[in-house]
Amino acid sequence: MSTVSVHKNQEKTSSQSKNLLEIQNLKTYYPVKGGFFKRTVGNVKAVDNISFEIKRGETLGLVGESGCGKSTAGRTILRLLRPTEGSILFDGKDITRISGKSLREIRKDMQMVFQDPYASLNPMQMVGDIIAEPIYNFSKKSKAELKQEVMDLLNKVGLPEEAYYKYAHEFSGGQRQRIGIARSLALRPKLIIADEPVSALDVSVQSQVLNLLKDLQEEFDLTFLFIAHDLSVVKHMSDRIGVMYLGNMVEIADKNLIYAEPLHPYTQALISAIPSPDPRVKKERIILKGDVPSPINPPSGCPFHPRCPMAMEECSKTKPLLKEVKPSHRVACHLY
Amino acid sequence: MSTKKSLLKEAPLLEVKNLETAFDIDGIDYNAVDNVSFLVKPRQIVGVVGESGCGKSVMSLSIMQLLPKGIGKVKSGEIIFDGINLAKMSESQINKIRGKDVSMIFQEPMTSLNPVFTIGYQLQEVLFNHLKISKQEARQKAIALLKSVGISRPEKIVDEYPHQLSGGMRQRVMIAIAIACQPKLLIADEPTTALDVTVQAQILELLKEIQEVNDMSVILITHDLGVVAEMCDEVIVMYAGKIVERTDVDTLFHNPKHPYTTLLLGAIPKMEETEERLSSIQGIVPSLTNMPKAGCRFANRCPKAMPECFTVTPVLEDVEQGHEVACLLFETSKPREGVR
Repeated sequence: MSTVSVHKNQEKTSSQSKNLLEIQNLKTYYPVKGGFFKRTVGNVKAVDNISFEIKRGETLGLVGESGCGKSTAGRTILRLLRPTEGSILFDGKDITRISGKSLREIRKDMQMVFQDPYASLNPMQMVGDIIAEPIYNFSKKSKAELKQEVMDLLNKVGLPEEAYYKYAHEFSGGQRQRIGIARSLALRPKLIIADEPVSALDVSVQSQVLNLLKDLQEEFDLTFLFIAHDLSVVKHMSDRIGVMYLGNMVEIADKNLIYAEPLHPYTQALISAIPSPDPRVKKERIILKGDVPSPINPPSGCPFHPRCPMAMEECSKTKPLLKEVKPSHRVACHLY
Repeated sequence: MSTKKSLLKEAPLLEVKNLETAFDIDGIDYNAVDNVSFLVKPRQIVGVVGESGCGKSVMSLSIMQLLPKGIGKVKSGEIIFDGINLAKMSESQINKIRGKDVSMIFQEPMTSLNPVFTIGYQLQEVLFNHLKISKQEARQKAIALLKSVGISRPEKIVDEYPHQLSGGMRQRVMIAIAIACQPKLLIADEPTTALDVTVQAQILELLKEIQEVNDMSVILITHDLGVVAEMCDEVIVMYAGKIVERTDVDTLFHNPKHPYTTLLLGAIPKMEETEERLSSIQGIVPSLTNMPKAGCRFANRCPKAMPECFTVTPVLEDVEQGHEVACLLFETSKPREGVR
């Protein structure tokens, strides 16, 4: 334990900054092909210019409606997708354009927990092999060592050792998500991107998995990017929360600030839309009209202005930039 | 509260008595819904909550007589709707009621609409089945219905196909189909689970509005306790095919009795509070084939379980003016036979 803490202190004093991850002006577009020659006729602007940073040991929550680009952002950071523009600094290294061997090396330090525990585990593989695969890929360990390590991991995520010899279909949703978490932990990564890890689970099981993720974060010094559409889950898990709308980050702040004092009209609507589990609480609800516009043809100016109850003339002309309006509270809105 | 008093005097719209729905697995009947009784009064919104696999959906399918043929059947019990027992009706008789007096909204707006027919066709199908109207009238009515569920440009949408609409719009179309004949009872099975929070807020608002305008009763099945708190008058908590608690919404959230309800309420992260850990329920709902034979079905996951919980089956009893709980901790008329 002591060596670990010494190592950590060294890290802090050395050249490395406080931020594990820094994203600047990141854009990820999916090309739309059309016509006889299948030329690119347009772009789905899934992530359109977002910037944020995650400190070491911190959890950043990312919320927004479906189709707002949360998952694309997560996948781009992991470099499962190629960013169109911008830069990703991970642990002081620019990983925006790396490929091949150096990309493979960096994969060890960042892992993902997927949404659907039914689809993200190979049904033909034993659970032991599923968890061992990342270790096997990156280190030369003997079979016995490998097995011992998998057993430890199973133990850590609260699964019995017999699970090693079973297949994914023999487990319930919550247990499968535990397997997925064990797999993502196998290489002791620095950053875990959890993309809607609990949205497929029942509330009772959801709380088990959330508690587990919190425990593991403490034990392994993990940094999380927690993507979800459920604001109350995100608030429970995160230190800071970023709100996305149509590929843009509209507000980012400390979790208590964002809840107590949401500044962006979209964040206000999002928070007011959550049904409160208390019948005595009567909330003033802001109901947004219409649907999220298509990211192929996003509205001019502020992407939210067609649905915004407070839209001004300026909003349809110029796009607001994310700026700090209060200490550690950034918002992209012309009102501020 | 005053409205609740006036509700008490009225005759119930739906009365489910000792309903048992069984599924045939390898020649043996397993009860997915076991001895469930409850009332729905006119203009009341009754919420049904519980984890997945608790029999919530099977119960609603039993009321609608939509159980998969040959596998599931209502074994015993009565479903009395407006004075008629739905469980004893023939297929052609029930077809006259289904979609007209009782209708249903399903969870998946993506899969519950037919992809090869236009929205208008699917809406008019219900109208032709139950009303004697001309094609022209049906089309006009379909457009009016789409408008009433808040769809802009209904004249256009009526000729479009489901894939051209977003999730929220499809759910609005489903609601339009369900309310086409102004049913007295609407069963909504997880109507907003597949939708985003902002769209969910729109749909819930719409359901409430329609319920008030049409004077309908609603059975709202959901696993989201926030939705229940917002919408319902009464709540039924189900666990493993049985009702474990039934009371009005305020009592449920502020004075829950059954350990299962308490745990379920503690498991949701709340925006207002900053607790570090959530309460969780160990284990999972037992599957149909390994239900405990005797005793309380929640006993093996219950932190307050006593030895007799594993042998004595608790009965749903009124413990406090209309607050019904099935738990030995609150049972007044102990002891009981250990047979169900």
